[in-house]
Amino acid sequence: MTLIRAGLMLLFLLATLSSSGAAESDLHAVIAKFATAKGFSEIGTVVHELTATGDAAVERPLSALADGNLYVRKADSLVFIGKEAGESVQLSDPLGGEASGEAAKDDVAKIKVNNTLRRVIRDALGTLTLGAKDPAVRLAAADTMFKTPDAANIEPLDTAIASETVASVKALLEQARAASVLVSDRPEADKLAAVALIGARSDRDAVSLLTSVEAGASSAVKDAATAAIANINSTLALWDAGQNIWYGISLGSVLLLAAIGLAITFGVMGVINMAHGEMVMLGAYTTFVVQQAIRTSFPGLFDWSLVIALPLAFLVAAFVGLIIERGVIRFLYGRPLETLLATWGVSLILQQAVRSIFGPTNQEVGNPSWMSGSFDVGQLAITWNRLWILVFALTVFGMLLYVMKRTPWGLQMRAVTANRRMAASMGIRTPWVDALTFALGSGIAGIAGVALSQIDNVSPNLGRGYIIDSFMVVVFGGVGNLWGTLVGAFSLGIVNKVLEPYAGAVLGKIVVLVLIILFIQKRPRGLFALKGREVEA
Amino acid sequence: MRGSFSTITKMFSASVVAAGLMSAPARAADDTIKVGILHSLSGTMAISETTLKDAMLMLIDEQNAKGGLLGKKLEAVVVDPASNWPLFAEKARELISKDKVAAVFGCWTSVSRKSVLPVFSELDNILFYPVQYEGEESERNVFYTGAAPNQQAIPAVDYLMSEDGGSVKRWVLEGTDYVYPRTTNKILEAYLKSKGVAAEDIMVNYTPFGFADWQTEVSAIKKFGSAGKKTAVVSTVNGDANVPFYKELGNQGIKAEDIPVMAFSVGEEELAGLDTAPLVGHLAAWNYFESVDTPENKKFIADWHKFIKNDKRTTNDPMEAHYIGFNMWVKAVEKAGTTDPDKVIDAMIGVSVPNLTGGYATMMPNHHITKPVLIGEIQANGQFETVSRTPGLVMGDEWSDYLPDSKDLISDWRKPLSCGNFNVATGKCGGKGTN
Repeated sequence: MTLIRAGLMLLFLLATLSSSGAAESDLHAVIAKFATAKGFSEIGTVVHELTATGDAAVERPLSALADGNLYVRKADSLVFIGKEAGESVQLSDPLGGEASGEAAKDDVAKIKVNNTLRRVIRDALGTLTLGAKDPAVRLAAADTMFKTPDAANIEPLDTAIASETVASVKALLEQARAASVLVSDRPEADKLAAVALIGARSDRDAVSLLTSVEAGASSAVKDAATAAIANINSTLALWDAGQNIWYGISLGSVLLLAAIGLAITFGVMGVINMAHGEMVMLGAYTTFVVQQAIRTSFPGLFDWSLVIALPLAFLVAAFVGLIIERGVIRFLYGRPLETLLATWGVSLILQQAVRSIFGPTNQEVGNPSWMSGSFDVGQLAITWNRLWILVFALTVFGMLLYVMKRTPWGLQMRAVTANRRMAASMGIRTPWVDALTFALGSGIAGIAGVALSQIDNVSPNLGRGYIIDSFMVVVFGGVGNLWGTLVGAFSLGIVNKVLEPYAGAVLGKIVVLVLIILFIQKRPRGLFALKGREVEA
Repeated sequence: MRGSFSTITKMFSASVVAAGLMSAPARAADDTIKVGILHSLSGTMAISETTLKDAMLMLIDEQNAKGGLLGKKLEAVVVDPASNWPLFAEKARELISKDKVAAVFGCWTSVSRKSVLPVFSELDNILFYPVQYEGEESERNVFYTGAAPNQQAIPAVDYLMSEDGGSVKRWVLEGTDYVYPRTTNKILEAYLKSKGVAAEDIMVNYTPFGFADWQTEVSAIKKFGSAGKKTAVVSTVNGDANVPFYKELGNQGIKAEDIPVMAFSVGEEELAGLDTAPLVGHLAAWNYFESVDTPENKKFIADWHKFIKNDKRTTNDPMEAHYIGFNMWVKAVEKAGTTDPDKVIDAMIGVSVPNLTGGYATMMPNHHITKPVLIGEIQANGQFETVSRTPGLVMGDEWSDYLPDSKDLISDWRKPLSCGNFNVATGKCGGKGTN
């Protein structure tokens, strides 16, 4: 048996090796048909013809086609892989990849693809790249074949499984084979084994596959599939609950970031600062400007753009905060209503200023590579950007706590808040402490903007979306208490996200607001109320 | 430091200019024709509407360069309703009564249009409305140059159901919670059911305006899509909420080949704020794409870049709608020989002007226009590539045939019928549609 299999493989290898010279001209002939193919279905026929050759060399033109990089030169109807460079396109041979000169954009026509074609190409490439050297490519191929089962896949998969050395790839190949067995006319025993193998995956893709197989299967296989689906679904329900909690924590971290600066300006200083959201916006725009500068001058540094933007965003927002405090707020201490109106006005001015300078449209802030995509923990898909934002929010919180509790400046801040006149008598320059505290709160809002630019629009309206939530968090957590803000943010986030799948996003938000209103009725000073003399001050 | 001061200086100079603009009409002589522009320049809708204001200023400039209209120069009167719906009505009244404009180009959201309707019919003036909307309306004083649902939503769903579009069997209707998505989704649900889609294969979900945390929704889409049937999302998510929505889709790895998202409110302008590489293949249905290769469009884009002095600014579908609407109005005024709104309204019907995609737009008796419907896939460069185009032009159908309330209604503003909601079953003018 093994001997026969080995022999077959050898034949297969020999065939691919020896035929490569003759096949290349044949392949060129097939590729040339792209030039005359009209409409997506005809292009699809050519794709099938190419993959039917079974030659791994077609991977290059097909990938190029899927990426929209395959062109026809209008003059001689030859097909090339093209790379756009300004107004011209650099051409290269579709099989060998040798450079074949340049052409003006108007002289070549792009071969169009759509989703359906891209899927056809992806599936076809799956089979062709099973023997690739890179285990990651083989894994991707196995994954594609799992999702697109086909009875014809069983044989190549058997060959691949026999020669596979990496355990994870091998496991996935076996699952892909099982998926293909399910849609083939193999005996029932094979199919039952396949259902068991796929059922063991216990993820959403397995449910998807089993559901589609369930309908047309014989009764024994059908029962096994139904049982496997029920089994997987009950496990998934648990994971779903976990997923909701994670989403809640992630939303909580966003709320915490947005509110943490306000916890200083409103919580500690008692200033109702309606321009808080605009400080967040300034931070986001600073990120945009930094990325813009990096894109034009130092493209290699792009992954560091957020790190570079952080101190700058802090400085920009803190500086604007300082101006607001010195220019407006210091005349209004102790007059909350006037402060509210004045800072509201300031927020409008800042928004319109940004609109006049950068324009009203969204600005593109890119995600560095370490903040893109997601990874799986069991059945939880955790996106990198959310994870980093959580880490970042907690770090900022920790640093702020340190500044407030462990540094002389923090001591002065708390002294001024507790009893201004006493603090002044002790030689603290209270106006300076006020100004610097406000600048600190604003600066922290600015660095929150750097993080929020990764998940939200960078537009002049950015801050509007966060101002209400921020006040909600600070008031709910207890004014003047940083820990209250932390607990408030995470509990609001989790309650919101646990409600959302059942009540929907709109109703969920309303329920949360009603709950807060009821809570504030019961405990007007929030979760962690400050006690003692500070309250009266 | 300097940045901030110059910011403030710019702010002040901007407001001085704005004040100048607003007081300009008072000094203007009678030898100009005034055109009102009613788009939000501040507040949440400024992101979309400011561009339309600029597009109108460009069109008016160009017309003046061609010698104006009826031997007079055109003069733009710009007001800022600040994304505040009641203020739209006030500003519309100001434009018509105080500035005596001959026509108004404006509004974006349906609620702003609804708020100005009574003003336009009371003072008998003309509004050109350039945005795709939910239909179920036809007013004598309004010309709808954007798409009605049958010129966008229905062909988009047809495409997804076709073999080219992936033969979709399961549908997620995801929208922002307000009138346009709700009505459109109602029409789509009825349409899908009429095509034999079972109720359990349709999921409808709404989120608030400006929604930013899409984790739950996107994972629900993923879950809904894993039932072994080809699934697609039809998105009527509006404005700012789109960027976080697409970012979440990209991060959770939902690929267009597996679950494509077809959007009705995402154009070139919205994509400008996004890295589109993870979104290649997601779809949008419009009547115009910047990437359409026609001489008219090339010229329009070149003119726009020159006017706005920034060759990175994109053009979009509502801009084309204003282009068509403005040219139609010019033609109708020339035909009527006067700018008197009453006469121009009658002259408008049947007027035909070139659109930017190589065809003609004609004003129909129901005050909607003919349009081609294009389906485009998002490309890595932030543009759309047309993957499907209706063979001919589609006439705007204001009263949807798929809603029980409106299937018997038609609109015809020609005399002697002159009715926006004529019921063919009862033979009477009136009924639904006056709200």
